[in-house]
Order: sequence, then structure tokens, then C-alpha cells
Amino acid sequence: MGFARYIPIAFLVAGLVLVQQVTQHTGTTFYLTQLTMAAYYALVITGLCLLMGYAGQISLGHAGFFAIGGYIPAALTTYNLEPLREKWLVQTLDAAGLLTAGQDLYGQQVLHVHPWPSCILALLLTAGLAFVIGMPVLKLKGHYLAMATLGFGTIVYRVFLAMPLFGEADGISAVPPFPLLPGVTVSGDFAARTENYYIAFGLLIVGLLFLINLVHSRIGRAFRAIHGSEEAANAMGINTPRLKLQAFVISAVFAALAGVFLTHYNGGIGPSEASVMKSIRYVAIVAVGGMASLWGVFFMGILLNFMSLRGMFGTYDDAVFGVILILIMLFAPNGLLRLHLWQRMRRWRGVDKPKSRTE
Amino acid sequence: MLRIRNLEVGYGKLKVLKRISLHVAPGEIITIIGANGAGKTTLLHTIAGLLRASGGEVVLRDQNLREYPARKIVGLGVSLVPEGRQVFATMTVMENLQMGAYLPMRRDKNRVREQLAWIIELFPVLHERAGQLAGTLSGGEQQMLAMGRALMAQPALIMMDEPSTGLAPLIVKNIFKVIVKMREAGNTVLLVEQNAKAALHIADRGYVMETGHILAQGAAADLLANQDVQRAYLGRDVDAQT
Repeated sequence: MGFARYIPIAFLVAGLVLVQQVTQHTGTTFYLTQLTMAAYYALVITGLCLLMGYAGQISLGHAGFFAIGGYIPAALTTYNLEPLREKWLVQTLDAAGLLTAGQDLYGQQVLHVHPWPSCILALLLTAGLAFVIGMPVLKLKGHYLAMATLGFGTIVYRVFLAMPLFGEADGISAVPPFPLLPGVTVSGDFAARTENYYIAFGLLIVGLLFLINLVHSRIGRAFRAIHGSEEAANAMGINTPRLKLQAFVISAVFAALAGVFLTHYNGGIGPSEASVMKSIRYVAIVAVGGMASLWGVFFMGILLNFMSLRGMFGTYDDAVFGVILILIMLFAPNGLLRLHLWQRMRRWRGVDKPKSRTE
Repeated sequence: MLRIRNLEVGYGKLKVLKRISLHVAPGEIITIIGANGAGKTTLLHTIAGLLRASGGEVVLRDQNLREYPARKIVGLGVSLVPEGRQVFATMTVMENLQMGAYLPMRRDKNRVREQLAWIIELFPVLHERAGQLAGTLSGGEQQMLAMGRALMAQPALIMMDEPSTGLAPLIVKNIFKVIVKMREAGNTVLLVEQNAKAALHIADRGYVMETGHILAQGAAADLLANQDVQRAYLGRDVDAQT
């Protein structure tokens, strides 16, 4: 039983290699760029799936966490510390090996924070923020929780839009690549396209494995119990406030991690990443994927983001996700994949008589 | 084992329980009977920590339960089988049972396994349905699941709120048989029932509640024979017989 749930991962890996090989042999490797980006967005979405589908709490602020994960390394790895070299803080950081020196386009000496410490700082900060925000906000339920997280998302958006440090409406560009390990670098270089495709999906699969394990553990069952009935879960001895907070923090860190990687991959980030429409998009995709179905959410996350990034929805991009959310809530609140289309078709053709539910 | 003294509980200004006192000894089946709105469910919820008392004390083996939140009280050995069963509908039968052992699982997995084996012996149907979603069970099966789930916490005291609600008479009989078996295995049971006759037949002692007071108490057999109780709760027309 325990082993069977990892079999789809093997198929997934085979499928990913196949896609990469096909694009290579048909000279269409440009698809890999959007697939890479879609994989990072899917990371946000699978994290949100834990919070929404399993723990049953909504968040309309996850674009905010994503943006924090993107903006902090973007700002730190592009802000020139060279003029501040004499300050003790800069010297301490330099002595600790957290800074990298280099030259800019015009041959000027520049000094930046290395991507690794800025990545770790971004994740810690997001976790801390999610903890502080989540503590009061998760006491709310339903619409009120949605509104409170929406408020958080809006504040983050406005802050990034207003602060010169974060480039205001222009965002931050020229973010350097992220040397993960020697020889493994997150960057948007054409030469590194295939490598980055595997980095992105590798990270996504690690995230997915973590979530699959979590969901099938004692803690995962407790999440689902909270979703079913918070009172009954309490009566089982579950510390519901703490577990809800845990799910919130984990999903926020997933979003921030995706933000860090995608920002280094794209070489920049803009305030639109923090916008509420992005949050709604994430929620819509979790809903299409079936809420409490990690695999469904995973595939919808890749597919819909890929289509959106390829420009298939044209100028209706945001509208499409709004419409998807409405349609799903009306007709398939358990997600598309749970509609059992196959069985329904058989029934329409008269192959199966509908069986009564109770026997 | 459980001693309640002068317990007062209210919703706002409305007092629902007015200076209730009762006690439960180890190995007993105690039943609380009474009409709708007498405060029976409120009493169980207060013991379980789901409601806060405004006065009095609830003591379980020298621990004052009023100081603890609901999730801690489970750990202290009090389990509630809630009215309407409240199984986790989207989880399987086995997962529901595992939820019941949420706290003991951390301490001693072997003990949990033994407990599970015993519960399956009590309710063989739960074994047949182990992989099925709890929401798709019949009412009687859900009641058994709710009882099994509560027992998984290895409670010293198990409280049941209206286990017979909405069940066919034959199923009710089965459920009550299991309650007797639970006592034989050393469990202590606090049973709240509207079905007073059935409850008094299996109980050792009983309390009769009305509008937040305890009207009568005593050995179950005595209560069954009591004319006032018969008139009010057992639907027997005593006056016509005399």
C-alpha cells in the first residue's frame, strides 16, 4: 500500500524525459521554457492544495508569499553594496562569505549578496510572516478567512508597487543566476534550458513527494479531519489551531520557494506577480484539480499555466481563470477529474444502469 | 472516577445547567435520561471541554477538567461519541479509527494495534468496510464507527450522546449489546438517551434530568419501577392501571 503511491512518480519522470527528448528532436525546445515556468507555478499550487484541499482553509494571499520569495532575493542580489563597503555590517557579511563581488556592464566594481543566503533569508522571512499573519487570521472561517488573506495579498502588492527599493512599477530586473551546486545553476540562458527544465521539475517532484508523505501520515489525516469537522477533530485531541498554522506556513514556504527560483530563472520580477489576480488564479487551479487531489492539482497546475504562458488565452488570460473558478464551483465542486466523465458517458449510452447509492 | 459538583453552565444569561451533581464509579454504566432540552447534551459537552462552565467542578481522578481545553481532555481519558455520530465522511473507516488514536499513536503503537484488534472484534462490520468512505456507511455502521473511534483513544470514561437516534430498533439492540460488552471489558460508560427504557435496562444507575436539574437518581431497576419516571419517560399510563 505504501509503495504504490510512488509509482506515478516513475511514470511522471519517464514522461518528462520523453517530452524533453521530443522537443529536442523536433527542434522545439522553446516549449521547455514555458514548461519550466509552469513547473514553478505548479509548486505554489501544490502547496496551496495542502492548505485548501486537505486542511480546508482558503488563502487569497498566496501571490503575496510568492512575491516575497521573489522580491527579497531579487533586491538583495542586485543591490550594490560596494559604496557601503566600509560599514561593519557589510564587512561582517563579506567575512562570512555571504557576498559576491563582480563587475557590472560598465566595468564598475559591484558587491552583491550571494543568492544562497538571500534565498534562505527569503524562506525564513516568509515562514515567519506566514506564522505571524496566520496566527490571528486562521481563527476566522469561510468568507472571513478569504477576505483577511485577500487583505494581506493586497498589502503586499501595494508595498512592492510603492517602494523604490523594489523598483516600484518596473519591478527588479537583471537578477543574476542562482548557482545551486557546482555545475547546477538556475538561469534563463538558452544553453541552460534543458538543465533548468530538469531543475524545476526535480524541485517540484521533491515538493510533491514531501506532500504525498505528509498527507498519508498521522498529521495528514489530522488535516483532513479538520477539513471534515473542526469540532470533531478537536474532540479527537487534535490541536487544530496549531495544525492549521502548520499547513499555512508550509504552503507559504512552497510559494516563496517557487518565487525565489522563478525570479532567478526569469532574471527579474514585477509587481504583477503579487497581484490579487494571481492569487485567484492559484485558487482556481486548485479547485479545477479537485481540491484534495495532489495529482489532479499537480497536472492542472502544469497544464493551465503552460497554456496561459504560451498565450493561448490571449487578452482574456485573467478572465479565463475567473470563469474557470465560477464554472467549477457551479458544476464540479470536487474538481474536473472527479466528474467520472467516463462512467457518465457509459450511462448516457445505456451501457450501465445507474446504481442506487445505498444497497 | 468522575465527580461533578454544583456544575453551572449557561449560554449568555440563560442558565442551562443549574447546580448539577453526579458521580460515576469505575466499571459502571450510568445513564442520564430526560426530555429534549433538559441539558443532557450540554452536560456531556461541558465534561468534554467543548463548553465552558460558569461554576462548580468536574473532577476526573483528581484532575479538574474545567482547566483543560477539549483536546487535552481526550488525553486525560474522556472520549465523546457525539450526537449524530459526526464521522469524518471523506475519510475511510480505517482512517477514522486511526484518527481516534491520534494521541495514543504517539506514545505506543503496539498498544494501539491491540486496541484496534479488540474494536474489530466488537464491530466485525468495521473490518469488512475498512477501506470504504465513512460517508457511505449506513446509520448503524456509522454509529459503530463513531463508538470504535472513541474507543481507539483508550478512554477511561466513554460518553455517548443519543446513540440510538435515527436507527432501526434491531440495530439499537445491537448497539446496546455492545455497550454491555464494553463494560465487561472494564470500560466505564456515561450514556445519554431519550430511549429511557432501553438505557435503564443495561445501566447500573441512572439520573433523571429536567430543565437543568437532576430530578431523581438511583439504581436503574429502582428508576424503572418509579411511578413518576414511568409516567414521564417510559410512556406508561400508570394512573389508568390503578
